[in-house]
Amino acid sequence: MVKPALSERILMNIEKPARYIGNEVNMVKKNLSDVDIRIAMCFPDVYEIGMSYLGIQIIYDMFNWREDTYCERVYSPWPDLDKIMREEHIPLFSLETQSPIKDFDMLGITIQYEMCYTNILQIIDLSGIPMFARDRGKGDTLVIGGGPCTVNPEPMADFFDMFYIGEAETSYDELIELMKVYKKTEMTREEFLRRASHIAGIYVPSLYEVTYNEDGTVSSISPKYADVPEKIKRQVVTDFSKVSYPMTPVVPYLKATQDRVCLEIMRGCIRGCRFCQAGMIYRPTRQKDVDMLKEYAKKMLDATGYEEISLSSLSSSDYEQLDDLLSYLISLKESAHVNVSLPSLRIDAFSLDVMSKVQDIKKSSLTFAAEAGSQRLRNIINKGITEEDILNGSRQAFIGGWDKVKLYFMMGLPFETEEDLLAIAELAEKISEEYFAAVPREQRNGRVMINASASYFVPKPFTPFQWAPMTGPEEFTKRAHFVKDAFARQRNKKSLKFTYHDAGISILEGVLARGDRRLCKSIYDIYKKGAMFDAWTEFFNMDTYLDTFKENHVDMDFYTARERSEEEIFPWDHIDAGVSKGFLLREWQNAKEGKVTPNCRMNCQGCGSAAYGGGVCFEAKN
Amino acid sequence: MKLRIKYEKTGVLRFIGHLDVMRYFQKAIRRAKLDVAYSKGFSPHQIISFAAPMPLGMTSSGEYFDGEFVSVTSASDMMNRLNAVMAEGIRVLDITQLPDKAKSSMAEVSASDYFIYKNDESENDYIDRLTASIDALMSKDEINVLKKTKTKEEMSDIKPYIYEIKGFEYDMAEGIYMFLASGSRMNLKPELVIGALAEHAGIEYSPYDYRVHRIETYMGEEGAFAPLYTAGKKF
Repeated sequence: MVKPALSERILMNIEKPARYIGNEVNMVKKNLSDVDIRIAMCFPDVYEIGMSYLGIQIIYDMFNWREDTYCERVYSPWPDLDKIMREEHIPLFSLETQSPIKDFDMLGITIQYEMCYTNILQIIDLSGIPMFARDRGKGDTLVIGGGPCTVNPEPMADFFDMFYIGEAETSYDELIELMKVYKKTEMTREEFLRRASHIAGIYVPSLYEVTYNEDGTVSSISPKYADVPEKIKRQVVTDFSKVSYPMTPVVPYLKATQDRVCLEIMRGCIRGCRFCQAGMIYRPTRQKDVDMLKEYAKKMLDATGYEEISLSSLSSSDYEQLDDLLSYLISLKESAHVNVSLPSLRIDAFSLDVMSKVQDIKKSSLTFAAEAGSQRLRNIINKGITEEDILNGSRQAFIGGWDKVKLYFMMGLPFETEEDLLAIAELAEKISEEYFAAVPREQRNGRVMINASASYFVPKPFTPFQWAPMTGPEEFTKRAHFVKDAFARQRNKKSLKFTYHDAGISILEGVLARGDRRLCKSIYDIYKKGAMFDAWTEFFNMDTYLDTFKENHVDMDFYTARERSEEEIFPWDHIDAGVSKGFLLREWQNAKEGKVTPNCRMNCQGCGSAAYGGGVCFEAKN
Repeated sequence: MKLRIKYEKTGVLRFIGHLDVMRYFQKAIRRAKLDVAYSKGFSPHQIISFAAPMPLGMTSSGEYFDGEFVSVTSASDMMNRLNAVMAEGIRVLDITQLPDKAKSSMAEVSASDYFIYKNDESENDYIDRLTASIDALMSKDEINVLKKTKTKEEMSDIKPYIYEIKGFEYDMAEGIYMFLASGSRMNLKPELVIGALAEHAGIEYSPYDYRVHRIETYMGEEGAFAPLYTAGKKF
């Protein structure tokens, strides 16, 4: 058994010491003398959150299949331990071998959301790795970033040696081989990074020069050397059923947020909602073979002992063999006491039937991601759900015994008007009326509850709304109050509830999401002022961000409030995410005209993803 | 069929809390494919119950839980299957079959014995000095210590609940052996006794200079204590 990196005195004085000791079931053990390359994979948040993320489990499994590589895990030390580590100069360590991260060849960090940027700096800092990539030498750990935020990694460009753009399954072998050469030879760090930039999907930010116009917009982004590619193509697995998948995921002792087997059934989404970055950057939609998934489900349940399984995809209702897969999972519930947790399915007769078999109707609620209140605005955002769908689905559900409905909306969407906002309250009211019409008084059990919640729309790169201005925080709050008042005027107001997200974090996400390299300095300064765990409301301090931006002469409105011109060069234009700028621009036009675009299965829109040569683009079309 | 399962918890697993150990075993039973019984209802759970909860930081070679099983094979087969799916540091030591009317292990626990030894991070002779003051402490008529419960703090005499205490060698280490009351009726934590020893020896109480290992958990009454597994029979 490996001795913990932390002393007993420390472990007994911090919250949940189990976060830091490793030794979980299915943890991979290797001898350090048997491997050439050591990789630490990091999710920059607390253990229970990080352990719930499927991506690292996939990469951990994939790397550890290689005999020459040992991949270990590391998560953000909670502030209680962070403080002790700084006071006592304890370097950040991995879970598996409890050894310092700075002894690893590579530190891989998944970048899932903008508010974890300060946590990434915490990880690099506590590891004792020089904070800025330019200050690192041959002996220093290579720092590589991956995950959704890397489609615009520019605000973090100074801190990373490399970014891996896209799905890990394609190019990492080539990178590891190059690292082996780098370690064994006299190759300099510069030479290594130069050669790494030739590998598909590897973006080395230091090899690009960015110039700016007088108005602050980007003038050019160009490679510093002729052999460095002008564009970095996001990597995509085309043969999705052949890709490796972790059959023996690590099982935490602590209750992780995802305390269950997670079965990935599909990547990508055919729907093309215009606000949704995931729906654009994970194209083309690819499905896994259903028989294989059944086998995976069985094997993973056996290897972990989990009592629950859930499906992972962006839109499970679009998985073509869902019927077959769910029947199988329901049979497991009966034969092996496996609970099935369903992802948000489109509400119809089929899904209600399935849900009634796996959920306690009395306790569960139905969810509609309506996203906008009016049909007009739903057309603008290309959310292919109609009021009729929602009302029919609710009525069937009420008849089936449900009496709780959740509605998700966004506010601050492009072209949103007062009518669209009023429609949020009216839709909730109409659903409650369906209840009173569908369920006779004597069958009513307590009160029907319609819980509507609204988040604050943040325009993201590689979506048709990347040109759109973000609504200001004061305006957002004003609109939220307007909707809240509208709810209070509804007839069934006692059955309706409306909540909305705090505007502060969203506006910062807006700055960082479409930010450029000039923000690196501010992020560094924000971290230096002690900001960490900013995705946690108990630690987040808005003023630290606002003050620092001010000190660095960063105009937040420049990043959020402007409508960008069609000609503008974006800070992320050298990343090729698969969808073309021409397609996104057409979709931006369609949004302005309120024109609905059919989904990928109905009619190919020529978004550019067909170039990958797989998935829905090549499924037989009728 | 009711079984009583004895296990040990050592090494870094001392930092895994009691609730997490319970969740750990629920999964382990499934990995081992044992035919455990489930409760009825919409979200059925395994019918298992644990004996004495173990404080964070303590290791043990005498922990127990009881489980209701639909079908069983042999004790050795079930033990092998469980041990094939254990994490390093946790091991099943014994399985016995309980009579149908057996009381739950939690209700039966009445005493535990412990071995107190030097923490390998400690660099002083703390344990030796504690050991040296055992006789003097035990020669007193009463040993009054401040006992804290969730609701109150009061001085209480713990001497009647120290069934045995002596210098001891265990697993090649020198330390202190204590046999103390534990369970729902009277629970005397080893650290209270250590605190009393420290006070008597005139040294400051220091929680990181020693470690506690529970050797065994017992049922029955003073003079007739028996390990929890003796309630069952081999199968």
